Amino acid sequence: MKQVQKRSKTKLEKAHISLRVNGEEVEVAFAPHKTLLEVLREDMGLTGTKHGCELGECGCCAVLVDGRPVLSCLALGVAVEGHDVTTIEGMAEGAELHPLQQTFAELGAAQCGYCTPGILLTARALIEKVPRPSRDEIKEALAGNICRCTGYIKILEAVELAAARMAGEPAEPAKESIYGWE
Amino acid sequence: MAGSNGAGKNGFKVIGKPFHKVDAKVKCTGELKFADDLVLPRMLHTKLLRSSVPHARIVKIDVSKAEAYPGVKAVLLGKDLPTSFGALPVSEDEHALAIDRVRMVGDPVAAIAAVDEDVATEALDLIEVEYEALRTITSIPDAYENPEPRIHEYGEVGNIHRRQVYEFGNVEKGFAEADFVREDITFYEGSTHLALEQHASLAQFSHDGKLTLWTSTQDMHYLHRHLAKVLGLPASHIRVIATPNGGGFGGKCDPFNHEIVVSKLAMITRRPVKICLTREEVFYAHRGRHPVLMSTKTGFKKDGSITAMHHRTILDGGAYGGHGVASTFYTGILQTTTHNVPHYKFEAVRVFTNKAPCGPKRGHGTPQPRWAQEIQLDKIATQLGLDPAEMRKQHVIPPNSITANWIRIGTLALTECIDKVVKGSGWKDKFRKLPYGKGVGIACSAYMTGTQTPIYFNKLPHSGVQLKLDRSGGVCVYCGSVEIGQGSDSILAYIVAEVLGIDPFDIKVVTADTDITPVDLGSYSSRVTLMTGNAAIQAAERAREMLRQAASEKLAVPGSRLSFADRRVFDTENPEKGMSFVDAVWLAEEKFGTLGTTGSYKPPVSPGKFKGSTIGPSPAFTCTAAVAEVDVNPETGIITVPKVWIAHDLGQAINPVLAVGQIEGCVYMGLGEALMEEMVYRGNRNMVHKFPSFLEYKSPTTMEMCDVVTYLVESPEPNGPFGAKEAGQGPQLPVPPAITNAVYDAVGVRIDEIPMTPDKVLKAIRAKAKGLEGRYGPTVFPTCAMPESIVVRTPFEGGDGKATEREPALSKK
Repeated sequence: MKQVQKRSKTKLEKAHISLRVNGEEVEVAFAPHKTLLEVLREDMGLTGTKHGCELGECGCCAVLVDGRPVLSCLALGVAVEGHDVTTIEGMAEGAELHPLQQTFAELGAAQCGYCTPGILLTARALIEKVPRPSRDEIKEALAGNICRCTGYIKILEAVELAAARMAGEPAEPAKESIYGWE
Repeated sequence: MAGSNGAGKNGFKVIGKPFHKVDAKVKCTGELKFADDLVLPRMLHTKLLRSSVPHARIVKIDVSKAEAYPGVKAVLLGKDLPTSFGALPVSEDEHALAIDRVRMVGDPVAAIAAVDEDVATEALDLIEVEYEALRTITSIPDAYENPEPRIHEYGEVGNIHRRQVYEFGNVEKGFAEADFVREDITFYEGSTHLALEQHASLAQFSHDGKLTLWTSTQDMHYLHRHLAKVLGLPASHIRVIATPNGGGFGGKCDPFNHEIVVSKLAMITRRPVKICLTREEVFYAHRGRHPVLMSTKTGFKKDGSITAMHHRTILDGGAYGGHGVASTFYTGILQTTTHNVPHYKFEAVRVFTNKAPCGPKRGHGTPQPRWAQEIQLDKIATQLGLDPAEMRKQHVIPPNSITANWIRIGTLALTECIDKVVKGSGWKDKFRKLPYGKGVGIACSAYMTGTQTPIYFNKLPHSGVQLKLDRSGGVCVYCGSVEIGQGSDSILAYIVAEVLGIDPFDIKVVTADTDITPVDLGSYSSRVTLMTGNAAIQAAERAREMLRQAASEKLAVPGSRLSFADRRVFDTENPEKGMSFVDAVWLAEEKFGTLGTTGSYKPPVSPGKFKGSTIGPSPAFTCTAAVAEVDVNPETGIITVPKVWIAHDLGQAINPVLAVGQIEGCVYMGLGEALMEEMVYRGNRNMVHKFPSFLEYKSPTTMEMCDVVTYLVESPEPNGPFGAKEAGQGPQLPVPPAITNAVYDAVGVRIDEIPMTPDKVLKAIRAKAKGLEGRYGPTVFPTCAMPESIVVRTPFEGGDGKATEREPALSKK
């Protein structure tokens, strides 16, 4: 006769937390061992947050917790109780794209688009801290975000362009970025 | 297609303009759904039990405990899916789940569908598998020395999967004409795609007998055929939807076991079933760059012209065939496409080993031999005391050549590409003039824009496009192409918009759904822009003709005088006289009934008529030149690359900003392969992957990426849509050799092995300091019995493209 085995992990009582996500107060219940990544994607339907390794190595899953970039695959869901989480879904204001989203579209900085959410949020946190970051500062801030499509160049250019525009400068992309060099 | 091709820049409204991609905004807002973002009610989750041993017979599998585990809905074994499959018809050597035998660590042996991922993972531990170990074949020499046990029962002999020898012309004659002959043995290590998105699939089987599979595949059409075969369902009952790929680079071209497994589990459970591979599993799914050992023997004259080349390659194929037979050809057939090679002999061997299977990665089989060739050209220039840039320029093959191996080249602006990078980089002031530790290097390449031949034999179109127009003025373009980030959806919109004179964002693009879209062969071999583009032009021109007739009647203007631009149809001689595009569609629907057109594309046939001549020819070839500048730290051996200048002849940029982005991506991937990326295994620990993780498999971050100066060189190609050729793969080819050559310029050592990790550089520098040869690389090229050459007379010898007939008495010996 087959023995029915007891299941352990998933029988645990669900955690129930309240937090603010993209400006809205929300409550969510989930298995307590779940990472923030899993809670966002599976329990809240916010699939804009991606995953590339679930080991904290690729940067795809970065979200902002209280304005600071956090790898959601390394944070437990229960750890964000009472905190303020921003995901890619919260970056545009209604119909208005964030300047970073706008410049990423202009420069083709999102090729496959998979690493893009994590990079946009990380870049946003940088610009909020350092309004006009240098190329080196942008490189350092994004060093933990792997992108396999772009070679990062269009990303770096798009961050610079957005930062300039957010600082009120009427910046346009360099001609060489768009058409190549003569 | 009269009037559309090669029209030049002037007059284009959309082509050549930096429009946003049609999906740019949804990619920046998190709206775009990738395969793992999809959720269906009652969905089950699948996990695969994978082999922990590299080579063994399966003695026993006991799944009874797993089956009884609460939450488990189905357990699948190899016997449930007995039909074999594989990317190429000549090597269908894979099973969805292992039957009796595992051939690598990571081979799937059982699958579990359960209510959630946790349950499925827990149940995996309850499956008991007993293995009987077989000798492990770890490497090329190992495969040569150990014909037994055979990893596969098919193939040439022992663990040799493929052997082939071609001789175009007579290399011995060519060597006799040379002033010098040199042979270099080089090794290019394997690497993997490392696309950010892990492979994921979701299958649903309805009670009406229809299967739907959403999956991150680049080649939906081929997968569709394999699913039908393995599942025993009519293809017409299967719908494959290729979700946008979160990066492909060739890694999602093969039909994968997990795609078949979730489909079968959906059929059994009648519930939706999803799988998403872990990053570690993606490393074992692999299909990346083959490790290739090469011997390149070249005869040359004092002016650097090549008289003959004898190029030999051995590919470490891993455990399965995959695309490997094609990869094998590609390690040699494009050696003749940049510089004149009057006599060319190419020998290639692919072996099976108990490692993850290799396959197509960006450049498919050609970056390795191109690197070998370009670093040898640098040595030749050094030996002759010539400037390697000038020497290359002297011997570029002219456009519209037919090469020794019967590949027809169309437009090719390689000379202009070399000029651009030489001037831009300040080459003449830097080469051999920079201080010790700093250097510059140059390399060139050429690449195809799609293959002439589909993967399975047929005479059907390679790409189809349907266009639907309706009275609202709406235009919808349908195509089976798959968006993998390269912008293929956008290209369709730009091209149709250009022909119909509307805005690309007025167009709805529907792609990658076998139920809805006409067949396109897939996102591989840089074929998509050229083939879907030509099909789209044909469909759009047919639609435009209907609108023209309808508008001509209404306006009482001859159709030939009507122009389509700015969302209007108007009299070219009196632009005031006209109507809106929407009105023209309305009139056409009134005149013709429901509006729909189709377009299709099939490549021209190549002049080669010998066995194997179908691999290599392409409707169009691009070419690229690159100069890399490097800093080499002689104390640590660390190479840094501050800047690369790269010029790419892409015929015509459909969208320049996307083309520049593709080229920058190519430089990045070439840089990674040159300096750090390697797919290596622990031979003493069960042949497990050395570092199957993002952290330890080194790839360039923002900190290692170089600056790139990109030049778009446009030589409109008659076979290309509006003159366009590829930009997504070719530009990677010259990057590793340009860096290798720059290392020599910097510190005077030859690194004949990729990746050029610091230990190798240091060893070469230290050897040189001791008065030994300043070189790191392989010194031995193992040999095995080879079949007789297929001998083909070259076009220069007046050949007819066919293989030379041998005397029957000779071939029987």
